[in-house]
Amino acid sequence: MKRAFVLLTLVALLVAGCAPVRDMPPAPPPSMETGIDPQTWALVPGGEFLLGQHDHETTIDYDYEVMVTEATNAQYARYLNDALATGTVRIVDDQVVGHYPGDEFRGYDHEKEIEAGEWPHIPLDDPGLRLDFNGASFTPKPGYENHPMVMVTWFGAKAYCEFFGWRLPTEIEWEKAARGPDGRPFPWGHEIESNNANFYSSHDPSEKIVGAQGNTTPVGFYNGRSYEGYQTLDSASPYGVYDMAGNVWEWAADVYEGAHYRYMRGGSKANYAYNLRVWTRNSAGPDYFGPSAGFRCLRAVTE
Amino acid sequence: MEVRLMQAISKRFNYLFRSTKGLALVAIALISLVAAIWGTLSGPLAEWGVKDIMVRVLGMDLVEAEREGRIIMLYHTIAMAVVAIEVYFITDLVPMKDHERATINATITAGYLIAMVFGLWYAYFGHDRVFHGIFLFGQSLVFFAGVLLAAALWPWKKEYRVKDPDYAHAGGVDLERLAFFLVVVAALGSALFGAVTGSYWGSGHETFLAEDVLREPHKTALELAIIGHLHIMLALIGMGITLIIGRWFDFKGLLHKIAMPLMAIGCIVITLAVWAVVPYEPYAHIFIYVGAVPSMLAALMLVIFGWDKLIREGLAKHGITKASFWQKLRALMHDPLRFGSLWQMVFMNFTVSGVGIFMAVTLEETMRVMPASEERITLTGHWHILSAIIATIILFYFADRVGLKGRVRRWFGWLVIVSSDLAFGAVTVFSLKRLFVSESAQQPLVNWTVLLTDVGLATVLVALAAFMLWRLFDLFRKEGRWAQELAAGELASSEETTSASEREVAR
Repeated sequence: MKRAFVLLTLVALLVAGCAPVRDMPPAPPPSMETGIDPQTWALVPGGEFLLGQHDHETTIDYDYEVMVTEATNAQYARYLNDALATGTVRIVDDQVVGHYPGDEFRGYDHEKEIEAGEWPHIPLDDPGLRLDFNGASFTPKPGYENHPMVMVTWFGAKAYCEFFGWRLPTEIEWEKAARGPDGRPFPWGHEIESNNANFYSSHDPSEKIVGAQGNTTPVGFYNGRSYEGYQTLDSASPYGVYDMAGNVWEWAADVYEGAHYRYMRGGSKANYAYNLRVWTRNSAGPDYFGPSAGFRCLRAVTE
Repeated sequence: MEVRLMQAISKRFNYLFRSTKGLALVAIALISLVAAIWGTLSGPLAEWGVKDIMVRVLGMDLVEAEREGRIIMLYHTIAMAVVAIEVYFITDLVPMKDHERATINATITAGYLIAMVFGLWYAYFGHDRVFHGIFLFGQSLVFFAGVLLAAALWPWKKEYRVKDPDYAHAGGVDLERLAFFLVVVAALGSALFGAVTGSYWGSGHETFLAEDVLREPHKTALELAIIGHLHIMLALIGMGITLIIGRWFDFKGLLHKIAMPLMAIGCIVITLAVWAVVPYEPYAHIFIYVGAVPSMLAALMLVIFGWDKLIREGLAKHGITKASFWQKLRALMHDPLRFGSLWQMVFMNFTVSGVGIFMAVTLEETMRVMPASEERITLTGHWHILSAIIATIILFYFADRVGLKGRVRRWFGWLVIVSSDLAFGAVTVFSLKRLFVSESAQQPLVNWTVLLTDVGLATVLVALAAFMLWRLFDLFRKEGRWAQELAAGELASSEETTSASEREVAR
């Protein structure tokens, strides 16, 4: 009898593990104003800084500006409407696609050829997309207006920046904007607290709704404000840039010899805290999109 | 009073540091302790805030940039102890002179203890370079013990020639002994492979974890050497425990005669192929696959032999001559420790080998379309499971050696089999989740697999803790089990097991 009970319990656990998978997110998040304007830019002065985990002295000999936050759903929806109107992008088979001139292919092991042609920018049929499309124009899903744009490929991120005459930051530019000149591992300093950033099991408000992997938080969320009792720490980088750690990975511009992968920085809501260290790299094919991948742009100071 | 106290301590010291069971018990207890403490630094315990408490209480100094280095030190300290346990079993099971056995065991014990204490001290409690030096000294002792073991295992000694034709031999040379010898020599060479790279640390080589550079198109020779090192060391530890379990089952007959040459050939090919990763990476992989096949076939033959033996013994115990399928199955599973040790080798194919082959064959279509962070989870899950499966096999063997009997034996055995496999299965599903659920819809699957993993691992750890506490309390008893084991010396055999020495006489 006892044996049967133990056996039944184990079987029940296994069967429970086969529960049907439901789409997320189940409900729109509450709208939250962070007070950080996603339209603003932060100046990153040229000069020396420490690059990577092993603090290699590196110099960037020009000033540049990066977006203070990741590009938002509202911004991307506006861009898509403009880009559709101008014919920069078009809709093919439930995808927004656009032209890319291709990469030089060298035939390295595991290298995939990225040919010139039309490549996907965002999928329209994935539940992770926080945009609505009515057949003519895009609008952000309610509650997600100021959340980072996700489900966007490297092509889609690059196209967004270039549409406005900007570009994606390179990995080196991104890292300097994130850590400043003093070699810190996180944008705000040397240690990470759960209310510094949105990461796996950081107990941010969205985790109460969808579990430890959480949902995106509005851009600039971790700025020292309190949101219905949830107190955040001001987690800007030394140059006043927000969300450089956690929330969503951010595409970088670099195209490396012998690899078709594009790199992402910053860690995301779905990663443990150590992935949020400024030197941590993630990579994927340029046509990859996911609910934890977004971007921000860089522009020259002369603007 | 003082004399009696000294005698009591001396007797226990003799048991813990001079008998195979005692030495293995100390190493398992230390690994358990390290796992219990350092396990709080990640996973659910870190999420629940236990990590912060542990760091504060123990005064750990966790610099963010040094995480990878700390982890490497932690792996090495645990690996040294696991290697020591296998060496204890080998010196116990394979005939050699008493002074050789004593010297090897003493050297490796000193080595792994020094490496463990000073390695962890250096990595987690301030960064005194002196401790790093002492850690290297400890590792050097482990290496030296390996050299002594290789010498002791030299298969061409006349006194160790096989007399019983039931065991694999070639010109009288014991092929099982040859396989043990080759595994040890391969481990020594492969340890050097890592040591050479380690010697460049701080002078050109920077700390990294293999899973972090997996997509780098240009890996340095030192990076390739480290990647080769960690793979081959784990493979050799796996081969070592397979041979040990073979001795435990008194593996012999036709299958033994086929399996031992296969194991020896597999060991040579796979080791040389892994070393060849540095100069000839693209071709070396093919030879690694080639080398893995005979080794895995040898393990399969052991499983067939062992299960057949268990069935025959189980049926004979109940006097059944003509058995149905269910009676045979019942007989097969009548002893969870011995059944479990072989079952885990089979289960390894579902969660490690099979998955690994699948990943390798479909790399471009399945793995490389994921973000690197996902592929990383798959890879780390892959070798964590392999390490843990080897650990459970060691535990089964040790639990048998220390005489776990009756109901406790059955409960311990089945609890470890069921809960560890539940955890390993769940980890496998978790790590391969992208094959059947999109990133946007994965949360329920993640929740369940993480829960099942935690439940499974927690149950194994509770069973292990109970086992360790039982042995700890036993040490405080004047005439405890430890005393009986010490009195019986290394000839002690447990339930349903032919002792090594008895078998050697038979050989």
